[in-house]
Amino acid sequence: MSKVRTIGADVWKHKTDKVSLELFTLMYGSIVSQLCDDFEHDYTKVNQQLDKMGYNIGLRLIEEVLAKTGLPRCHSFRETADAVTRVGFKMFLNITPQLGNWSVDNKQFSIIFPPGTNPLVEFVECYDERARRELWYSNILAGVIRGALEMVQLSCETEFVSDVLQGAAQTELRVKIIKVLEDEVPQGEE
Amino acid sequence: MSVAPRPAVPAKPSSSTPNFAHERNDSVSTPPPPQQTVYDRSLARKRGEVSLSAFAYIFSEAVQYCHSRSKDVSELEHRLNLLGRHIGVRVLELTVLREGKNAKRETRLMPMLQFVHTHIWRTLFNRPADSMQVSTEEQLQYMIIDHRPLVTEYISVPRDMSQLNCAALVAGIVQSVFSAAQFPCKVTAHSMGTDEFPDRTVYVVKFEDSVLKRV
Repeated sequence: MSKVRTIGADVWKHKTDKVSLELFTLMYGSIVSQLCDDFEHDYTKVNQQLDKMGYNIGLRLIEEVLAKTGLPRCHSFRETADAVTRVGFKMFLNITPQLGNWSVDNKQFSIIFPPGTNPLVEFVECYDERARRELWYSNILAGVIRGALEMVQLSCETEFVSDVLQGAAQTELRVKIIKVLEDEVPQGEE
Repeated sequence: MSVAPRPAVPAKPSSSTPNFAHERNDSVSTPPPPQQTVYDRSLARKRGEVSLSAFAYIFSEAVQYCHSRSKDVSELEHRLNLLGRHIGVRVLELTVLREGKNAKRETRLMPMLQFVHTHIWRTLFNRPADSMQVSTEEQLQYMIIDHRPLVTEYISVPRDMSQLNCAALVAGIVQSVFSAAQFPCKVTAHSMGTDEFPDRTVYVVKFEDSVLKRV
């Protein structure tokens, strides 16, 4: 547990090449805006595309996480959630979002970004009424987490339930763990 | 989003307020205004950093997405260039603003080139570009050279697309910086690797004739 608390910051400090946040934010903004144009402002499709991009990233990103941290296996979903925020978010985006709203069975939780902490929306304002209702601007993160957790045998659903850009007090990403996938033994090995 | 057809009702006598106005007020509650909008935050301060891999992941998705929508390499580069243009205008504004009291609007070509080579590069990549050259072949053509472009660091180009240089994104950024500063031009990225710097990229900036007056 204590390892989880410090290792994210450690990797960030010592093992990470960095790039300016502005370049990152503007790059993402440019992608979202291009998608809105390409899908003719059908925000459902934009959300899906962002989620898909995130999922692809998640599948690959987990390898970097494990290689750089040597993180041990998590024994509970609470530990997993801790690893996502304290290691995952910390080592890539240098933020540690909050955790909250745990369900009674400990299988659902929320990753919460208080205003001003989500680096993706650094310069962003959403003024179009329809976009404010329908677009989940940071939806790529939902995909990233789903993809990454799937690679460690956790099948889950992820979706944003509130967003500062839509006028909410905080941005909240809901994670529902559906089941633990069985380890697949490669053929020919026992 | 679909709207269920309303059951036929006898027409009501028209009132001073149209029906839909009522409906709106009932169904959509206006959100409380956020305490702090994006405009209340100062732009003067630098906003910190994220990991290079985080950038590389989203850029790689952007490249794949553009690829899926392009017929050939030149269309792909064009799409990357377009993505960059969106960034350039904003980077120019941000960089000038951050100069604070020393902020200056460049109106002459050479100082503007210098500004892009040094300051814009610093905003984007935390270091100046490696060199700048004047073309000997064509008038109003300049070259900005980057030995190790950050955006292509993790990209390996398949052999059948060997002409592709994903720094087309940066070309788009540079083009839009110059254009927003009223130096209209076209910028293209070319791979010109050397033994020492295999990813060395040359951005060829070709200004329009109107810029000639301000050399």
